[in-house]
Amino acid sequence: MRLLSTKATCNSHGQDSSYFLGWQEYEKNPYDEVHNPKGIIQMGLAENQLSFDLLESWLEKNPDVAGFKRDGKSIFRELGLFQDYHGLPSFKKALVDFMAEIRGNKVTFDPNHIVLTAGATSANETLMFCLAEQGEAFLLPTPYYPGFDRDLKWRTGAEIVPIQCRSSNNFQITEPALREAYEEARKRNLRVKGVLVTNPSNPLGTTMSRSELNLLVDFIKEKNNMHLISDEIYSGTVFSSPGFVSVMEILKERNDVADEVWDRVHVVYSLSKDLGLPGFRVGAIYSENDTVVAAATKMSSFGLVSSQTQYLLSAMLGDKKFRRNYTAENQRRLKRRHRMLVSGLQKAGISCLESNAGLFCWVDMRHLLHSNTFEAEMELWKKIVYKVGLNISPGSSCHCTEPGWFRVCFANMSEDTLGLAMKRFKAFVAESTCTQRTSPLFSNKRKSLTKWVFRLSSRDHHREQEER
Amino acid sequence: MALLNKNTHQLLSKIATNDKHGENSPYFDGWKAYNSNPFHPTKNPQGVIQMGLAENQLCFDLIEEWIRNNPKASICTKEGVNCFKYIANFQDYHGLPEFRKAVANFMSKVRGGRVRFDPDRILMSGGATGANELIMFCLADPGDAFLVPSPYYPAFVRDLCWRTRAQLIPVECHSSNNFKITTEALDEAYNKAKEDNINVKGLIITNPSNPLGTTMDRETLKSIVGFINEKNIHLVCDEIYAATVFRAPSFVSVSEVMHEIEHCNSDLIHIIYSLSKDLGLPGFRVGIVYSYNDGVVNNGRKMSSFGLVSSQTQHFLAALLSDENFVERFLAESSRRLAARHSHFTKGLEKVNITCLPSNAGLFCWMNLRSLLKEKTFEGEMMQWRLIINEVKLNVSPGSSFDCSEPGWYRVCFANMDDETVDVALKRIRAFVGKETGKPVELKRCKSNLRLSFSSRRFDENVMSPHMMSPHSPMPHSPLVRAT
Repeated sequence: MRLLSTKATCNSHGQDSSYFLGWQEYEKNPYDEVHNPKGIIQMGLAENQLSFDLLESWLEKNPDVAGFKRDGKSIFRELGLFQDYHGLPSFKKALVDFMAEIRGNKVTFDPNHIVLTAGATSANETLMFCLAEQGEAFLLPTPYYPGFDRDLKWRTGAEIVPIQCRSSNNFQITEPALREAYEEARKRNLRVKGVLVTNPSNPLGTTMSRSELNLLVDFIKEKNNMHLISDEIYSGTVFSSPGFVSVMEILKERNDVADEVWDRVHVVYSLSKDLGLPGFRVGAIYSENDTVVAAATKMSSFGLVSSQTQYLLSAMLGDKKFRRNYTAENQRRLKRRHRMLVSGLQKAGISCLESNAGLFCWVDMRHLLHSNTFEAEMELWKKIVYKVGLNISPGSSCHCTEPGWFRVCFANMSEDTLGLAMKRFKAFVAESTCTQRTSPLFSNKRKSLTKWVFRLSSRDHHREQEER
Repeated sequence: MALLNKNTHQLLSKIATNDKHGENSPYFDGWKAYNSNPFHPTKNPQGVIQMGLAENQLCFDLIEEWIRNNPKASICTKEGVNCFKYIANFQDYHGLPEFRKAVANFMSKVRGGRVRFDPDRILMSGGATGANELIMFCLADPGDAFLVPSPYYPAFVRDLCWRTRAQLIPVECHSSNNFKITTEALDEAYNKAKEDNINVKGLIITNPSNPLGTTMDRETLKSIVGFINEKNIHLVCDEIYAATVFRAPSFVSVSEVMHEIEHCNSDLIHIIYSLSKDLGLPGFRVGIVYSYNDGVVNNGRKMSSFGLVSSQTQHFLAALLSDENFVERFLAESSRRLAARHSHFTKGLEKVNITCLPSNAGLFCWMNLRSLLKEKTFEGEMMQWRLIINEVKLNVSPGSSFDCSEPGWYRVCFANMDDETVDVALKRIRAFVGKETGKPVELKRCKSNLRLSFSSRRFDENVMSPHMMSPHSPMPHSPLVRAT
């Protein structure tokens, strides 16, 4: 009899992918300005490290929170005992106010319809447990966050069928692509339960257009029993126009107030990107569907947010002045960083998909591939990780249909480090254009490199960064 | 409002629409009665006293004092804010190394230093609730079964079966031998499952036991390890009450006996732990899976992504649990207070000839009201229980909710209230017994340390806060979240 479960012994967690090799290499040889200036610079981590000083200065001004006090009275005991899966009401209120503000107050959220979970990782899995099961699938536009393979499929048994998007129209979702994906699922005998999009997109860094969102709402309305999940965890990172349009705003605009489609649209949120607090494990599901909220609330027992953390954030986010200042300043800093990366890459002759959000750029290095294949992309990636010393994420790990695209993060390092990364890119490109590409040895080297890549990737990884 | 109709069933998954979450059970009446009429010494002295909540509220003052003296443990204080950025950013599912080390040391201390734990085998999870589900996802496929001795914690059904789609097979234990697990009972349950073509993947035990409050003796534990080893099935030991042992015999952990079994396959042994009971911090959601099986550690670690412990909490607890002086003092004092509370309560019951199963651990007693049952059936128990809820106004948990094989047993929690409330509860029980037996109750005047006045404001924190915290739901506290 097999000792462990099927889930524990398969690799649906997706962490054997070569994507994680870059992590391993970075761990072995991490860049440090002083101690290891030739090390690998981490550019595969979609973290927001630009605005901690704002959070720290808020803490300085609010010592009560630090001492587990409210109005001078100790509430440690209350917090220590608080494990109600409905969540701390003051935190939920602050959270929905924050979410509404990010959407320019064009939509409001009812705190009774929010379910708190241990990070967006848990929110996505929980929602999937509520909406789909074995034999069923969700359609996802490519490229998409690699972690979805784990979050949506692993323990739920559900499947993902990609909606192929292409650079020819900036990777926007089209109706033919949507229908093609739906047909593909049916061919595979999978019942389609819905579509999941990330808006703003990871890895593209773009906000979805009104027409795309309407297309999706039309699509789920047309079919029975289909849901639309909008993962809006980057909603607060939109730093330039066009602004952010949430699917909730679209529903409101369509004036379908009494429409049952409201029961089939759900939003996922988190404070990991907008506030830069991934360690605190704060995720949320928002739905107008009472049954979903009820089921998800019960399921949240498996991953509640620490009461200590809820309390801290209820005070911080409950401070209206603070959250407005933070959001504005944070976006200003992101915009600056983004510009720095884009212009730095431009100087190296590399262009990016035009973007207005996120903590990364979707970089076009197709012209640096020596063939339009994923093998060539892998080779290029290996060079960039090992020789150039930059851990960036290859498009294939995001299920991109076209080779040559890479996600490059810009908000998880100092400005100086980003500057150095730009210099390295420039030097690499300059060198590449001088290098001889044709060599009889070359194709053999390529084969052994690929084998080595796959052998390494099947070992257990010592460390994985929770990456989005 | 989306009604649960046929369309809902197709719109949502089966898991979302079945009732394996366990919250539709009739025992929630006790909770409803409490929530609609909670006891308060001055504002509502006739209200229902909450005795269904296995919380440890006896030692907060010790932790609060430590917090005051150790501002660096918080990332929010000026002394500790220099760590804020690093901690807030830290989401590695391995967990903070200092946290794992501190937990490993704490677990070892709780076991008298008789066994050491490897910090690299520690996995985090969303409370013991998350830990139990996680281990099940690692060990069982849908349809597989785990044996569980009854009586057992009701929410095991949710934690072990709901989303995993595994099943539980109870192994009956009886009062005739103080509810000890016997290998005969295990064999019988195992063989019957085999006959029914059910794939048994393991056995889960809670030691110290919830709801019995007893620790397992060495011999029984060894025979259990021998049993699972022989059948080549897993043993999951939920040891979340390990530090609530307040008198002899001392706690014997599976980690201590596994090496005494010849050819014991350590790949089969897993421990579930939490800080919710021992430290009284259920709100912080600290669950731990400790496995001797490398495959479980490696894959379980990836699964722990779904319920990591907040880094803020990891950082705080790493400091608290690394303070060896504090830990030693805390464990000793906590035991002492639990012993005193247990003794006061059980002696109070004995005055009216109510016995409890002799116990040495936990936050509750396993009270025997069989002699007062009008009918020695589960219907009789239900009737008696409703009387206790509605007339005696005590929310206690009936044995049937723990799948006990014999009617008339109740789990009664004693560590989630102050001394005065315990005495009110005892008075009510004595009056109830007097009525039921037709004998007038003699209240022996005895010396007590009753404080006649106490801070009712502090009491307010205890009782009124549930209303402050969850005003909108008719069921502010799901018992499955709180009653453990």
